[in-house]
Amino acid sequence: MIRAAKAMVRCLEKEGIKVVFGYPGAAICPFYDELYSSDIKHVLVRHEANAGHAASGAARITGKPAVCIATSGPGATNLLTAIATAYADSIPLICITGQVSTDQIGCDVFQEVDITGAAEPFVKYSYLIKDAKRLPEIFREAFYLAGTGRKGPVLIDVPVDVQNEMIDFSYPEEVKMRTYKPTVKGNPVQIKKICEAIEASEKPLICAGGGVFLADAKDELLKFAEKSGVPAVSTMMGLSLFPSDHPIYLGMLGMHGVKSANRAVNECDTMILIGARVGDRAVRSPSFLSQSKQIIHIDIDPAEIGKNIPVDIPLVGDCKSILAEMSEKITERDRSEWLNEVRAIKNDIAINEETEGFINPKAFLRKLSDRMPADTICVADVGQNQIWCCNNYAFKESGRFLTTGGMGTMGYSVPCAVGAKMAAPEREVVAVCGDGSFQMQMMELATIMQEKIAVKIIIMRNNKLGMVRELQTNGYGDRQIAVALDGSPDFVALAKAYGIESDRVTTMAEAEEKIEKLAASDKPYLLECNVYKLESTL
Amino acid sequence: MKHTISVLVENHAGVLSRVSGLFSRRGFNIDSLAVGETNDPTLSRITIVADGDEHTAQQLEKQLNKLVDTVKVRTFSPDELLTRELQLIKVSAAPNQRSEIMTICEIMNAKIIDMTTNTLTVEICDSPVHLHRMHDLLEGYGIKEIVRTGVIAIQKGSATIK
Ligand SMILES: Cc1ncc(C[n+]2csc(CCOP(=O)(O)OP(=O)(O)O)c2C)c(N)n1
Ligand SMILES: [Mg+2]
Repeated sequence: MIRAAKAMVRCLEKEGIKVVFGYPGAAICPFYDELYSSDIKHVLVRHEANAGHAASGAARITGKPAVCIATSGPGATNLLTAIATAYADSIPLICITGQVSTDQIGCDVFQEVDITGAAEPFVKYSYLIKDAKRLPEIFREAFYLAGTGRKGPVLIDVPVDVQNEMIDFSYPEEVKMRTYKPTVKGNPVQIKKICEAIEASEKPLICAGGGVFLADAKDELLKFAEKSGVPAVSTMMGLSLFPSDHPIYLGMLGMHGVKSANRAVNECDTMILIGARVGDRAVRSPSFLSQSKQIIHIDIDPAEIGKNIPVDIPLVGDCKSILAEMSEKITERDRSEWLNEVRAIKNDIAINEETEGFINPKAFLRKLSDRMPADTICVADVGQNQIWCCNNYAFKESGRFLTTGGMGTMGYSVPCAVGAKMAAPEREVVAVCGDGSFQMQMMELATIMQEKIAVKIIIMRNNKLGMVRELQTNGYGDRQIAVALDGSPDFVALAKAYGIESDRVTTMAEAEEKIEKLAASDKPYLLECNVYKLESTL
Repeated sequence: MKHTISVLVENHAGVLSRVSGLFSRRGFNIDSLAVGETNDPTLSRITIVADGDEHTAQQLEKQLNKLVDTVKVRTFSPDELLTRELQLIKVSAAPNQRSEIMTICEIMNAKIIDMTTNTLTVEICDSPVHLHRMHDLLEGYGIKEIVRTGVIAIQKGSATIK
């Protein structure tokens, strides 16, 4: 017999977990006490939301569920934003929370909150463990649920007395769930139908989303696109599936996307949506699209098909095997005429004349991507800085872009970068954020120092909540309210206060040299970039 | 259009709140929801009557299917089903109106289960159409209170949901 808290740690070990992100408190102490004698590394974040975001970064790089931990009550509620963020982007997380003792549940005791209830709208599933004997089975199930089908966060709430019970430990080999059977294999008849439809079409277009990453199907997608000759656009979550300079790739579509991509969406006759859910930021009027085009939708989640856009040919399944099969079946074809038609559209992203004392963020990010190693992981926060990144950072084939497309949660980039770097210490990880969003996560500088996590942070300092400022300028008669960030500190000095190397760049003339210093450092590094306050997003 | 949906779910804590949470979250309009244990005690059966177009009904079925606790979802067309709802109706009844109401109950296959000097309490279990007619018939006397179980439904003939 072992203590259930020890069983929790053993479950994580059985799942191959090497690092967890968390923040302790009384209700989760038995678990931490057992973690003490485990080889699992615990990273102490400085706010529970960041434990969730860091786990998200790790999960997205390893492709497996990652673990975050919080105590009951305020610890658990602090985690909520990260859970919702992961849910919106289908990121597999195991979120473990401590809970008050079972005999006290419902009595509104100190630090009691109904966290499974609160998180219900944005978890894939949740458990409140009342019977310690079921703990190993529940952990096994939770990992299975989080990491299969349409991935997502799973919450396990464990009362402190349950953690202290003694149980027989054996980790189940398989999961027995009569209710949950994700469809993984695509229907061959539909696959054939899709291939025929593509072959019969003159102007087909691939629209690839984050689901392709989740299915680990990047190579299969590239192969299919190359063989079929079908041009491709991506959603924000699908950025870096294609190298930015790939001949068939046209960029990001949607509200903040590039002209060539949006023109291709308008001009195509057949749209092949793969692992993309037709979110409103990507496709503003889906009904318009479906009226004039044949829509093919491939997704692991049946509920996504037909939800936002009427579909002509639906296909449910794992897009890795589906794309592999489609590549086999499709005839090789040169579609350069159609490709050239959309390629001819120039993405003249406005790079303003240089303003005295400021860098141009778009040109700067291009330079940054030129200098960073090909396999760099680039994490963008939310706001103008994010869109500048999306449209200007040039991804190479082994590169990876991470951001929160579904929720657009400010404060995601630095903790996500921390998690990504823990998962891939050999790769460079750069977090690009705004001066507003940085101030929602700057407490993580301490985590970075404590664990010597060599992430590179770039702050686009425009002294504004720039994206909202732009919205107020364009949509509300430039009546700017609550967007000035005048009280912000000197970020270079702030980083130094933590002992983190830092620098500032204020002109494009010095950009290359400053980027070089950042890239050459093997330690955590922060670079503050002065950006003109009226710089435009697109 | 009204849709009747039968859902088999795991019979454990939290399932009903997940199902009902789904409706409000996704903006589905529900007329009624009835739930109870089945012949297999590990399963509960939920019968939902919902209003909406074809797209809504499809989404409703898909979202219900997506819940991890769901074993099976079936949307039925009205002619495949036998439907029943139990209602308790408290109606105003002056002594001189009692025999009229008793006649209505007899014809409508309802039972009088309680009585005071100025009320009668009626129990009726029937299809929604029939119940509607009963309301019309009792309306004139003054309905003081109605308690209803919500519609439950089962397939006609030997077919079962499993
Ligand atoms: C947690 C959170 N709060 C508010 C918002 C709304 N919002 C979107 S962009 C933005 C401005 C971001 O400012 P900053 O980080 O400085 O980036 P910039 O747009 O200036 O590059 C805000 C407030 C959000 N996305 N997330
Ligand atoms: Mg800003």
